[in-house]
Amino acid sequence: MKLAISIAGQSLDSPFDARFGRAESFCLVDTDTGAWTTHANPAQSASGGAGVQAAQFVAKLGAQAVVSGAYGPKAYDTLSAANIQRLLAPGKDACSAADILASFTAGQLIPADGASHGGHHGG
Amino acid sequence: MRIVVASGKGGTGKTTVATSLARVAAERDRVRFLDCDVEAPNAALFLHPVLDSHREVGIRVPRVDADACTYCGRCAEVCQFNAIAVVGQKTLVFDDLCHGCGSCTWNCPEQAISEQLAVTGVIDSGQTAEGIAFAQGVMNVGQTMGVPILRELKQWTAAPPPVGHDLRGRALEIRDAPPGASCPVVETMRGADFVLLVTEPTPFGLHDLKQVVAIARELGLPAGVVINRDGIGDDAVAAYCAESDLPILLRIPMERRIAEAIASGQPLVEAEPRYRPEFQTLLEHIVAGVNA
Repeated sequence: MKLAISIAGQSLDSPFDARFGRAESFCLVDTDTGAWTTHANPAQSASGGAGVQAAQFVAKLGAQAVVSGAYGPKAYDTLSAANIQRLLAPGKDACSAADILASFTAGQLIPADGASHGGHHGG
Repeated sequence: MRIVVASGKGGTGKTTVATSLARVAAERDRVRFLDCDVEAPNAALFLHPVLDSHREVGIRVPRVDADACTYCGRCAEVCQFNAIAVVGQKTLVFDDLCHGCGSCTWNCPEQAISEQLAVTGVIDSGQTAEGIAFAQGVMNVGQTMGVPILRELKQWTAAPPPVGHDLRGRALEIRDAPPGASCPVVETMRGADFVLLVTEPTPFGLHDLKQVVAIARELGLPAGVVINRDGIGDDAVAAYCAESDLPILLRIPMERRIAEAIASGQPLVEAEPRYRPEFQTLLEHIVAGVNA
C-alpha cells in the first residue's frame, strides 16, 4: 500500500514533521516494495485551510494511509472522505521517515479516531 | 457626498469626531450615518438612534448538488481559501473558510453549485431624534469576516421621509470606520469622496496614520487630519502632515471635560457647544475641498 509520511526534508532519512497541514513535504512510500518519493507540500504556507489542501494533495498522490503527529478537524474530515487511513506517531522523539516506516511495518502506529485539536483558522 | 472618518490607531476619537460632524451637519443637511466598525459599533451610544429595523446578513456559501456533480475538482482548484475539497466521489464544503466570493459557483462546468446565505451578522437601522438616518453593522460572535457585512451596510437605504417632509439641504453620508488598516477599513473607504483622519500626536498615532494615509492615496481619495488630544505627545504628526500635504483641519485639546462628556454618552458638540462652529467649519472645508 502507499503510505504518506509528513516530513521536513526530501528523503526517507529526513526528520518526521509532526504537523500535517503545514508539513514541509510528504514522503510517499510503497510499503510492499520500499520504493519512495518525496513531494513538497503545496499547503505549507496557505493563508488558511492548509489541512484541507494537504489532504487533497495526499489523496491525489494516491496515498491509502497517512502518518502525522496531529490532524485538525478539516484535515481529518477530508482524509476520511477520501478513505485515507489516519495514523498518529508521537512527534516528541526525533525520528526519521524511515523510523516511522519501521514502526508502521511493526504495527506500532495508532489510528487517529478523531481530530487531534480544534481548528487554527482565525481570519 | 460620502465622508469616511478613519484613524488607524484605535481610540483616537473617530466616533467622537464622526458623531459631532453628523450632529452639526443634520442642522442643515440630510445625513445618513453608517457605523462601519462591525466588530464593536458604538456610534449609537452618542447619536441615540431608535433602531427599529434588523436584517440578517452574511455570505453566500456553496451547496453542491451531488447528482449533478461529476467530481471534476474545478471548484476546489479555483477556491483561494481551501473552503471546498473534492476527494474521490465526495465534495466537501467548509463554511467557516468560505469568503462567499462565488468563484466555485461561477466556474462549475455542470452548474451543480447553488448558494445559500450563511448569516454572519445583522444590520440595525433607524433614525435619531435629529432626523439622522442611522445604520450599523454588527458581526456575530465567532465570525471573522467584516467585509461582507460592510458591503451590505453600504447598500442600506433609509426609508423615504414622510410625504411633505422637507427635502432641503445636501445629502451627506458619514461613515465611522473601524480601527486598523486592514480589509474592513479599505472596504469602508471604497466609494467614498473624502477621508477624515483622526489621530493623536503620539508615535503610535503617527505610525497608524501613515498606514491609513497610504490606503487613502491608493484609492485616490482626498484626506485631511483632525488632531485629537492635542497637547500630549510631540509635534511629529504636524511635521508629517506638513511634508505630506495633508491639511490639519481641526485640533481638539486634551481636556478632562471632553473625556467626561464622551464617557456619559454625549456627542462632543452637545457637551461642549463651543465646538459647534469648529465642526461647521470642518464640514464646509471638506465639502468645499471635494467640490473644488
